[in-house]
Amino acid sequence: MGLKTALYDTHNTMGARMVPFGGWDMPLHYGSQLQEHHAVRQQAGMFDVSHMLALDITGKDSEVFLRKLLANDVSKLQQPGKALYSCMLNPDGGVIDDLIVYFMRPGHYRMVVNAGTAEKDLTWMEQQAHAYAVEISARRDLAMIAIQGPQARELALPLLPEVLQQPASELKPFVAVDDGDWLVARTGYTGEDGFEVSLPAEGAAEFWNALAVAGVTPCGLGARDTLRLEAGMNLYGSDMDETTSPLESGLAWTIAWEPQERDFIGRKALETQRNKDDNLQFVGLVLEGRGVLRNHLKLFSGDEELGEITSGGFGPTLDRSIALARIRRGEYDSCEVEMRGKRALVRVVKPPFVRNGEIKVQ
Amino acid sequence: MSDFPTELKYAKTHEWARDEGDGTITVGITDHAQDQLGDLVFVDLPEEGDSVEAGEDCAVVESVKAASDIYSPASGEIIAVNSVLGESPELVNESAFGDGWLFKVKMSNPAELDNLLDANGYQEVAASEEH
Repeated sequence: MGLKTALYDTHNTMGARMVPFGGWDMPLHYGSQLQEHHAVRQQAGMFDVSHMLALDITGKDSEVFLRKLLANDVSKLQQPGKALYSCMLNPDGGVIDDLIVYFMRPGHYRMVVNAGTAEKDLTWMEQQAHAYAVEISARRDLAMIAIQGPQARELALPLLPEVLQQPASELKPFVAVDDGDWLVARTGYTGEDGFEVSLPAEGAAEFWNALAVAGVTPCGLGARDTLRLEAGMNLYGSDMDETTSPLESGLAWTIAWEPQERDFIGRKALETQRNKDDNLQFVGLVLEGRGVLRNHLKLFSGDEELGEITSGGFGPTLDRSIALARIRRGEYDSCEVEMRGKRALVRVVKPPFVRNGEIKVQ
Repeated sequence: MSDFPTELKYAKTHEWARDEGDGTITVGITDHAQDQLGDLVFVDLPEEGDSVEAGEDCAVVESVKAASDIYSPASGEIIAVNSVLGESPELVNESAFGDGWLFKVKMSNPAELDNLLDANGYQEVAASEEH
């Protein structure tokens, strides 16, 4: 048995198929992950993401500490509530985790990290924090619910605490507003508009049930994965890990090289790698024919092995299979995948595949 | 809970066969199998007129989770395939024992059906896989 979120009983009541994920028992789907996927693209769906860990970083050195710890630069965050996506790197430039950090107010940042890496992240962060006046506290007292889709904000707003309704309705993308232990962020992992809401765990079931009554479809990890894949968003552990650099994982845009004197962990290794001309490239793939691209399938151009699929699956919005892959540098419009003993043609594209309900690739 | 209709015969590899009483069987995958696979997205069926051996892989069902080979429960000739599944693979999820059937076989050796499991025997196989 894995760990249980505050919504575990609610998921079972709603008929969820529960599966182990990152040490937790989480819903895979509530009947059909394809229907859940379409609900998010067309109306609104909700996900229990309480298995992810929220951390508060407080103290007078919190900004200096995070500028050392993270490859992206928290000093970009000037407005309270503003969020930043970043990798946390090891000294070799490998990705320890990818995360979101929110600037709450001077001396207080909120970070959300992946479930399966949470303990490792905490240990690493505490080791790095020794020289700084910061306190890191894990917020296991919080639940997190993501509400995503074109109707998500409209359906969720009236169910938020009254004091948050007006400010939440005015949020720009990638900004959050908080009140007490409630945090409402206009962020997500689906390529659709919506909110990610942190709230006291004891209130999670009531909020979830109210969302269901309002017409928000409960969605499991299955739909979460196909939605993020279509959105071209990386999955930690599949698309990147401690042995891969963000430069070879489609995450170069998350590295803040300026100012040059900011000596973040992993910087030296990345600078060396940045100047090499044989780095692998991170691309999207679309399968022309039938079948489903799966993780680790090998890719070829003639006899030359180009690389492999890092995460593949079926894209329900495109009604065909898509993947993210790490391949040799070069101009490729297409390549071949070896699938069930046969070669099949795949087109090489630039993610995302889908954004805000619209198909972005041919 | 999955259904295990008692009038059907079952293979350990999760196919069901219905004896139509005229020397033919209708074949599909079980409710348990579709439940384990999750939403189906592709079904590749044999051709009408193909000869198959008992235990020979002759179709593929592919779900969001995995691709799975389908083995014919009996030897003979494929006399019909459920071509609707090309457009609507979800019928297998919705009605594994009904509209989601895969193909029909004209058996060359109907005694092979005796090698299959009954509902109780298959239910034990299914239960042992869930733990």
